[in-house]
Amino acid sequence: MTQNDMVESVPLRDPHINFAYLDERTKRMIRRAILKAVAVPGYQVPFGSREMPLPYGWGTGGIQVTASIIGESDVLKVIDQGSDDTVNAVNIRRFFQRTTGVEVTTDTTAASIIQTRHRIPETPLREGQVIVYQVPVPEPMQRLEPREEETRKLHALQEYGLMHVNLFEDLAHYGHISSTYDYPVLVNGRYIMSPSPIPKFDNPKMHLNPALQLFGAGREKRIYAVPPYTTVESLGFDDHPFEVQRWQSACELCGSKESFLDEVIMDDQGKKMFVCSDSDYCSKRQVSP
Amino acid sequence: MYVAVKGGETAILNSYELLAQQRRGDPDVPELSVAQIRQQLRLSVDRVMTEGSVYDPDLAALAIKQSAGDLVEAIFLLRAYRATLPRLGYTQPLDTAGMQISRRISAAFKDLPGGQVLGPTYDYTQRLLDFSLLATGKPAPVARKGQVNNEATPRVVDLLNHESLLEGQLPEEGDPDPFDLTRQPLRFPANRSARLQNLARADEGFLLAMAYSTQRGYSESHPFVGEIRFGTVDVCIVPEELGFEISVGDVPVTECQMINQFQGSQTQPPQFTRGYGLAFGHSERKAMAMALVDRALRADELGEAVTAPAQMQEFVLSHSDSLESSGFVQHLKLPHYVDFQSELELVRKMRQSHAMPKDDHDAE
Amino acid sequence: MMDFDAKPPLMRVQNLSCAYGSRTVVRDISFDLWPGEVLAIVGESGSGKTTLLNAVAARHTPSDGHVSFDLRDHGLQEIYGMSEAQRRMLARTDWGFVHQNAADGLRMNVSAGANVSERLMALGQRNYGQLRAQAIDWLERVEISPSRIDDRPHTFSGGMRQRLQIARNLITQPRLVFMDEPTSGLDVSVQAKLLDMMRTLTRQMNLAAIIVTHDLAVARLLAQRMMVMQNGQAVETGLTDQVLDDPQHPYTQLLVSSVLQP
Repeated sequence: MTQNDMVESVPLRDPHINFAYLDERTKRMIRRAILKAVAVPGYQVPFGSREMPLPYGWGTGGIQVTASIIGESDVLKVIDQGSDDTVNAVNIRRFFQRTTGVEVTTDTTAASIIQTRHRIPETPLREGQVIVYQVPVPEPMQRLEPREEETRKLHALQEYGLMHVNLFEDLAHYGHISSTYDYPVLVNGRYIMSPSPIPKFDNPKMHLNPALQLFGAGREKRIYAVPPYTTVESLGFDDHPFEVQRWQSACELCGSKESFLDEVIMDDQGKKMFVCSDSDYCSKRQVSP
Repeated sequence: MYVAVKGGETAILNSYELLAQQRRGDPDVPELSVAQIRQQLRLSVDRVMTEGSVYDPDLAALAIKQSAGDLVEAIFLLRAYRATLPRLGYTQPLDTAGMQISRRISAAFKDLPGGQVLGPTYDYTQRLLDFSLLATGKPAPVARKGQVNNEATPRVVDLLNHESLLEGQLPEEGDPDPFDLTRQPLRFPANRSARLQNLARADEGFLLAMAYSTQRGYSESHPFVGEIRFGTVDVCIVPEELGFEISVGDVPVTECQMINQFQGSQTQPPQFTRGYGLAFGHSERKAMAMALVDRALRADELGEAVTAPAQMQEFVLSHSDSLESSGFVQHLKLPHYVDFQSELELVRKMRQSHAMPKDDHDAE
Repeated sequence: MMDFDAKPPLMRVQNLSCAYGSRTVVRDISFDLWPGEVLAIVGESGSGKTTLLNAVAARHTPSDGHVSFDLRDHGLQEIYGMSEAQRRMLARTDWGFVHQNAADGLRMNVSAGANVSERLMALGQRNYGQLRAQAIDWLERVEISPSRIDDRPHTFSGGMRQRLQIARNLITQPRLVFMDEPTSGLDVSVQAKLLDMMRTLTRQMNLAAIIVTHDLAVARLLAQRMMVMQNGQAVETGLTDQVLDDPQHPYTQLLVSSVLQP
């Protein structure tokens, strides 16, 4: 499925703007940060984040990462909440169409770069693909320890007791671990990382993934990475291991029992329906289940 | 049958049209020009330039027009534009001692060389709405002769320095290049150069509140306004080809020097300490707030106990940029339904186990 | 060079001095501390005793002198010669620090159970059931009802918070505990109970301790040895009973004589 199937007006490549908006020096600076990040999986590399035409907090980190790696032959997919058509995804995709003119797609298998907010596609990724995550809060311990000076030390010294205190508390109070998204993970057995606010349902997809996973936090000015085939383990206790969410219903449209489902409220009596969050995955299954 | 909502693209394009209509307002009312904004809303322009970190009154005025007067939005526009500009070079430090003074006051001294020049200020107006301004077409006020102050006006800090009463402000050992906040990410602890840059572009409302807190017991530094001066200063560069200094123009700035709590001991004679504020155009509130917060953030350096938020580097400097704060606060409007769905599912599950008999509950 | 047969002290402090700017607050202090020994550092406020404690506990860098600790496998090592990582590990395992104000030594916004088991989690223990069981065990040892395990410390009384702080520190079986005025601010009867508990625990666990206090009764009850400080200097050192019953230095005599008789 290409861009023509989906949008009414295709923004033309604006010749007054440098390819992918950023100047080449800035792209090099960001690529150097990315290389550092890939060399130390899960470690947050500070970088000189630029003001972008979208506000901080709205994906500028992901956009800067994509802008630094995208080339003319790339095929770009942009999703938000798993869908290609949410306003935010549309906005970001138009930005790249305008500044690069590259081919865009909704087909996960056809994309070489996938920029995403809050979901990993259901369709497994393959070697050679890059998935770029938009990250609001790169520091997994920020809610427990807001001072960066201190968390930097904790990471350097591998002092992660605080994270487990948090999990212990959840079990003590709720009987369950209360993090359902942005669930912290241990990368390559060394750094604890925030996977971005993907639902914990998606965490297992990160483990030993053949694609390159890049994470950009523009406002907080950090880049980190999980290289292909890296171990990514969700934190837990031996006797209370990490668990994914399960739904009781299947998707109303395609019948899938395996995908993450969005809840849609149908009427004011509270009647609800469940539909796949991943729009590409769902529509493909509807065509050939 | 349920069909997933599409048409995000159309909605966006429609929103641009509605925005343009909102910006223009009643088409029967004459359109605001950028020149009018520059001239008659100049204090807005000054703020947008200061926080946008670009001295260009026309661009700032344009940003204000484009944002329909939302100054935080205008600041964002200017800052984003700035990010696309190449850096041509560095100026020499501004010599505020040589300022063409429009206004200059000192609360610390009754009289001093150069005098107290009241200049254009709201300070001694009565805040009564002036309904005569509802009408337009009045003749513009005539500039009075002799408004420009030609008297030598040495800075108060230089005067105090004759007696070494004020701590010196010397460059760090080795005179290193200043930190560049526009190129490097801020890390903690931040040095003074980084802090001052952060404060210079900080949101005025936030800075004002932080400064106010230092006057109400949340750290106390006994401040006095050593001097506030507003006027134009030369901007000089030393081009490589020439090897000497040339002026490339001048900019209006407001500078505030705060004199604060003295420090010293039995072995070290006491001196007053300082706080510094600088802003484009006529921005006294900003410059004063900046000077108070600058001083508060020097607590570590001056060996004072850090007890109040205004003294905490990480607290002040991480939350001072309106682009970051506005962006992140407003990002909550973006769809978050996937994460919310995860929460819903957990809460429903927990409520179910509450309803069940106790031995099914997980916790000990 | 150590005598080959002699056991090293647990901690050795040599010529320690601390200054704030031009003010010297601790002057040339030296002492050895032996395993299982409790040393009280006594003085009025301003004597430098708290600064001294912080300096030997690696919380305040001294301006002069040496502090060495006998690491389990490596013998006496200088604290300030170690990397920060090593110091922090030491502080979490082989050392404890009990603050005067319990809120400074606890996480007030997490449960008692989490507070007590944090050190174990930091060392890599990952079984929730076992962590909880150990937390319950330690709460009992410091006489806090296990039913309070999920409660947060701000619902605890002052004495309970102190006991919680002690449990949090002792769960890793440290060999040395530093205490800064551990009973000040508590009611007299609460103090007495707490001191009694501390005495039992230090003996049971063969714990060495350095306790800073202005209260001679605390020194008498807990410490075998005591050091009297005035203006940053140690004016008298010796066995607690001897110093209190037969003070030699005029300042010590003043301190002892001014203690109100109950």
